Amino acid sequence: MPTEPEKEINLTIPMIPDMEIAASRTAEAVAEVMELDEDKTAEVSMALIEACLNSFEHSHSEDRKVFITFRVKNEELTIILRDNGTGFDPDKVEEPNIVEKLKPGISKRGWGLKLMEKMMDSLVIDSGPNGTKITMTKKR
Amino acid sequence: MLDSFKVDTRQQDSIWIFSTYGYINNLGGEAIAKNFNEKHAAGGRKFLFDLAGSKIINSIGVSYLIEILEKILESKGELAFCNCAPIIEKTFKIMGITQYTKIFGTLDEAMNHMREKA
Repeated sequence: MPTEPEKEINLTIPMIPDMEIAASRTAEAVAEVMELDEDKTAEVSMALIEACLNSFEHSHSEDRKVFITFRVKNEELTIILRDNGTGFDPDKVEEPNIVEKLKPGISKRGWGLKLMEKMMDSLVIDSGPNGTKITMTKKR
Repeated sequence: MLDSFKVDTRQQDSIWIFSTYGYINNLGGEAIAKNFNEKHAAGGRKFLFDLAGSKIINSIGVSYLIEILEKILESKGELAFCNCAPIIEKTFKIMGITQYTKIFGTLDEAMNHMREKA
């Protein structure tokens, strides 16, 4: 298969309510360019919304910005999302379970990472005290 | 940037039908939960959420639906959904919500099923 030149789109969004939708709309436009089907486009959009919300809520970044890069090459879309927050340890994030979540007094939150994992083909989290970088891919 | 969220409620054959319009985020989830709590406190036990007007949801919005589901299960009620966008149905499946609720293609199918169980 001939190698296509890589296309790259960069987007910076402020951490304010509903700005995750700006990111998801950009993802939808990129998905259209690479002719992703409707279901996969919606999955990418959902994963990106969750990644943005995680940054908004948990990064504690001083600049209150999320930096997103979309890379399209051949059959694959790569989304890299970065923040300059305080980071987190993904191994310490408990896997959510509906049976537990339905118990009285238990927080119903904490589904973001699981949804991102299930919606995308791959998910890599690189997080430390200087920020978090999430790399997600989706094949056409 | 987004149209404001709206939820319309009506009762038919002892089933509360909630029709949602817009993004089910924290505000959307809160609006649904507020309406639900009123109906549930007044004795409502069967609830059908028609999501035809909501194409996007996030995990914060779904967390409100899990709170609602917890209360419905406690009171031995029933919760069903209809007209869900495929991504919303997939989200519910991933989270395990479909173990406790039914998802129907149309409002009529859902109503027929819920009436039969009366």
